[in-house]
Amino acid sequence: MNAVPKIPSSLTDKQFHYCPGCSHGIIHRLVAEALDFHNVRENTVGVASVGCSVLAYNYFNIDMQQAAHGRAPAVATGIKRVLPGSIVFSYQGDGDLASIGTAEIVHAAARGENITVIFVNNACYGMTGGQMAPTSLIGQVTSTTPKGRTQPEAGYPIKVTEMLSTLDGPVYLSRVSVHKPAQIRKAARSIQKAFRYQIENKGFSLVEILATCPTNWKLTPLEAVKWLENNMIPKYPLGEFKDVGV
Amino acid sequence: MKKLLKGNVAIGEAAIAAGCRYFFGYPITPQTELSEHLATRLPEIGGVFLQAESEIAAINMVYGAAGAGGTVMTSSSSPGISLKTETISYIATAELPCVIVNIMRGGPGLGGIQPSQSDYFQATKGGGHGDYRLIVLAPSSVQEMYSLTTKAFQLAETYRNPVMIIGDGLLGQMMEPVEINDSFLTPAQVDKPWATTGCQNGQRRIINTLYLDPETLEELNQKLQQKYSLIVSQEQMAESYLTTDAEYLLVAFGTTARIAKEAVEAARRKGIKAGLFRPISLWPFPVSHIAPLINKSRAVLTVEMNCGQMLEDVKLAVNGKTDVYFYGRSGGMVPSSKEILDKIIEMRDRSYECCS
Amino acid sequence: MKNLQLLIIPERCKECGLCRDACPKQLLITEDNINSSGYHPVSLPNAEKCSLCGNCILVCPDLAIIYEEVS
Repeated sequence: MNAVPKIPSSLTDKQFHYCPGCSHGIIHRLVAEALDFHNVRENTVGVASVGCSVLAYNYFNIDMQQAAHGRAPAVATGIKRVLPGSIVFSYQGDGDLASIGTAEIVHAAARGENITVIFVNNACYGMTGGQMAPTSLIGQVTSTTPKGRTQPEAGYPIKVTEMLSTLDGPVYLSRVSVHKPAQIRKAARSIQKAFRYQIENKGFSLVEILATCPTNWKLTPLEAVKWLENNMIPKYPLGEFKDVGV
Repeated sequence: MKKLLKGNVAIGEAAIAAGCRYFFGYPITPQTELSEHLATRLPEIGGVFLQAESEIAAINMVYGAAGAGGTVMTSSSSPGISLKTETISYIATAELPCVIVNIMRGGPGLGGIQPSQSDYFQATKGGGHGDYRLIVLAPSSVQEMYSLTTKAFQLAETYRNPVMIIGDGLLGQMMEPVEINDSFLTPAQVDKPWATTGCQNGQRRIINTLYLDPETLEELNQKLQQKYSLIVSQEQMAESYLTTDAEYLLVAFGTTARIAKEAVEAARRKGIKAGLFRPISLWPFPVSHIAPLINKSRAVLTVEMNCGQMLEDVKLAVNGKTDVYFYGRSGGMVPSSKEILDKIIEMRDRSYECCS
Repeated sequence: MKNLQLLIIPERCKECGLCRDACPKQLLITEDNINSSGYHPVSLPNAEKCSLCGNCILVCPDLAIIYEEVS
């Protein structure tokens, strides 16, 4: 019997360090499958950010740079300007992209920089232990909003994808989720499309992916899936917010 | 071929001659002409000029571009350099070659826009976090702004290290004839097997500064320190003026050295045997060049446009062998040769008091 | 002639339970033994009942369940 395991060639065989049930592993796989699908693994440079996915360079079987906190879109810009024929993407969490890195993401999008951004939104700072993120929901209990996030103290969550959709620069902006098989299939198609637009030199694409953080939400992986469905999706509706690449 | 150039423009032209094709910057006075010049020139020769959203973004574009194998530069002025320092630490750690220009202005804080040398500590002692070093070059003429910029790119590539050029608004605005070196016009193809260009030919490349294992991080530090030791032994640069018989040694760099030179000449006319030692590499500090001069000196006077920063390196080099005096102006004030001459005379009188 | 079947890599499993929940036929069970990380890995004792819908593969965050081609 001749067995050929189907692990994407854009992933290494290193086991993820992520907690049980964390969505990062699914998203890594979807990104790797998209690179395999487009056959661009050997022509891609990825940019890891700061947060739980800081070690992404251990998992993606491609050339990678690790960026300072929030600056991945600027680093990706530098790479893309030197290598305009390469496929360049950043992989960023919500603390990295939507808090410390808001200037970099807004301006990379506004420039229409021909890069793809994978934006993982799990409504908390995972790596540092579950503090409030810019995307934490009103009422959400985190280690820095122990009584739940309230507007007078901590403001409202930021809807990055909607915000970027007001800009002329982006060609593709979508929000997907990876909490159920059907949503994962949609997410895979959306990520594929984002990379396809970059390959076709159409410009800036970003896919926001709603993700679970069972450890810091203090829920089991299955409870976390339900929490995402019941709490995040109503506030962060799924769909394509901009698609002018067709 | 000689051309009349403004200092800031000379840096831009030298960068192009040295093969620089990528510039990422953010507007700040008084380095403006450099950015504006490259905004025109780089696109003409197929290069990239990008005005970033901030100094922080600009230096991170430098990190990405240098990591992708580009020959790259950024420029700013004091407060802007402060913003860049986090990523300068990353660039030094990842051993990426690049050139950073600091046309200094008076600080601290937002300070002013007049000439200053008050970023000496920031440039030579680190600035950002961790044990890293920049090679720091201090031109004192427009010709040197040209020649040291080409030298900076060579050093950056040779040592895979960021190199900083520090000047000030006086040098940046000054116009002088510059001998243009055309030999650099075709950029040398430097092999960069470490650059992330896509893993077409086998092994993938990772540019990273995260080392969670302390043993590995210590090994990285040791490797960097070995490189820095090599630079210290190979790359000290300085100019000596009238030092052969000098009893009173002035030490000054950049703009201040030009004025100190006039003061030395004025002192000579008064019969005082003064000389000038001008560090060109601020890091590595040219200890091996100054050491033989100290032994002959009755006293040393350090002149700076700050409150006494290079003074500390001079004192380390002198190591108690003779008296070290300091004269500085700050906040954008420029010392006059008369003020420096007065200080030389005071130093002479005091050294006679000590010895009689 | 190539066919697909499920391959479970017990060492990669972190016992999150997402695959068990995603299986429309509830074919996946948690083993009594533990892997080297201390997790009880899943297994598929009744593989012949599996319709290869791929849901478990999709939801597994750790590539502990993958397709393999059998010739």
